[in-house]
Amino acid sequence: MKNKIIEKIGFLFLFLCIAITLFFLATIVYFVVSRGLPALSWEFLTEAPRKSMTAGGVAPAIIGTFYLIVGTILFALPLGLATAIYLCEYSPRGYFVSIIRMSINNLAGVPSVVFGLFGLAVFVKYCGFGVSILSGSLTLSILILPGIISASQEALTAVPFSLREASLALGATHWQTIKRVVIPTAFPGVLTGVILGIGRAAGETAPILFTAATFFTRDYPSSPLSECMALPYHIFALMTEGSHPDQQAVIAYGCALILMVLVFMVSGIAIYLRKRFRQAFTH
Amino acid sequence: MIRFKEALYRWIFTVMAFTSLFFLLGIIIVLLREGLPILMAVGPFKFLSGVHWYPTYDPAEFGIFPLIIASLSVAIGAMVVAVPLGVGSALYLHELAGERIRHILKPAVEILSAVPSIVFGFFGMMIVAPFVQKIFHVPTGLNAFTAAVVMGIMAIPTIASLTEDALGFVPRSFKEASYALGASRWQTLIKIVLPAAGSGVSTAIILGMSRIVGETMTVLMVSGGAAVIPHSIFDPVRPMTSTIAAEMGEAVTGSLHYSALFAIGLVLFLMTLTLNIISENISKKYRIKLGLDR
Repeated sequence: MKNKIIEKIGFLFLFLCIAITLFFLATIVYFVVSRGLPALSWEFLTEAPRKSMTAGGVAPAIIGTFYLIVGTILFALPLGLATAIYLCEYSPRGYFVSIIRMSINNLAGVPSVVFGLFGLAVFVKYCGFGVSILSGSLTLSILILPGIISASQEALTAVPFSLREASLALGATHWQTIKRVVIPTAFPGVLTGVILGIGRAAGETAPILFTAATFFTRDYPSSPLSECMALPYHIFALMTEGSHPDQQAVIAYGCALILMVLVFMVSGIAIYLRKRFRQAFTH
Repeated sequence: MIRFKEALYRWIFTVMAFTSLFFLLGIIIVLLREGLPILMAVGPFKFLSGVHWYPTYDPAEFGIFPLIIASLSVAIGAMVVAVPLGVGSALYLHELAGERIRHILKPAVEILSAVPSIVFGFFGMMIVAPFVQKIFHVPTGLNAFTAAVVMGIMAIPTIASLTEDALGFVPRSFKEASYALGASRWQTLIKIVLPAAGSGVSTAIILGMSRIVGETMTVLMVSGGAAVIPHSIFDPVRPMTSTIAAEMGEAVTGSLHYSALFAIGLVLFLMTLTLNIISENISKKYRIKLGLDR
């Protein structure tokens, strides 16, 4: 009897845990949506800020974030996929492989602001790219590299060995097999990693703080070497700079909403794709 | 010709695979190189143990002890919030949630872990901080307590989803054996399944901790930013990450201040590296223990 009561209380406690967790997270979503929604309008999405950040839209920040994402994927995808291909298709299990694995794992744990420092010292200063979309994209691509690698690895290992054997038996070489059989089959899985990477790159602020972002540009970025506005940085700047905190907060809510919708959409798609990809190979 | 091509591709992939190592070493080299001037000027021990951080005064003082204390106190506070809620949620998802509820909640938790830290910071600044200020009658809502709460909420999804994975790895036979001996569901869950997943759970907690120590934007926005050793949990603090983020803009390239910020980055890097290595070792042993990996 006593055991029954303890069990009841214990299960109630667990239920409370998840209820509180969901409550917190629902609160965040609620506030961002309810206060961000009134700020949204066609003008907000398509126009530049006016009247020292108190009116107008955030289009340059949206465009800036878009460029940063494109640049980041451009660098991270080839490197990440190539690393995964090496680890899954070429590597003999050995000393080098364990070093590479170790560096990927540790790279994944490096704080984002440290990537920012690295980007500042190497891309901005040493390479002379300055504070620019290029520097920011390069920095972000190192940040998302471990994620792309592990998603690609998962996708490549899920490809059944019989497919590779069939291809080799038909006389295809190792590289032909990889290019024509393994990569196309693993593609949806790799895509999942890329999409998750997009979500991460879109929301990260610390790495672009000193490598790419600026509070205000009059024009849209014209080349990879120009600095840009970006959604997450814009939220930060609106909250900490400027002289009209109340009007700026409204715009910040709008930006937070756009960012959150973007990230939710992107991760939702990725989770859905991954589920389908996993099912395709487990049945 | 074909053979040459094959060898070429193999070579290209090998080189590209080493870029991760290259970047990791690059980070270490950059942090050391840029951070060295301040360590030489002040001395590594005094840099770590000095209690005054006045980088822009004349003469400037570079002691990061208050920053380290700030990082640790916020991280520990956040763990107090995140560990029970995260592990509890994972246990609920694992044991109590029906198949259908789990299929909804698990992706939901995963998506929530993707919410950008800037959004959490923003939320903390706009909603949590005024709330804390009102409830506890403190001079400012932007303090260590608020930072710990917001970061704790932020870490729940990470801890919950990694813990849930760890619980899932516990073989069914453990549970069945426990039921067969007459244990109740609760007893089995707490005394058999949770301990069996223990190292997986600790990995989750350590990784959550490492993520919190390295988190920047949230603490930058809600921790208040005072670089002194806090006397109470409601004092404003300035963790290492937010110091770097807040001051890099004004530090002159090549100055001691600039170098000090890189040295803080180095300390931060070493701290998270240690946490990651610990968690990796634990999880490796754990996988072997359950017979999952070779």
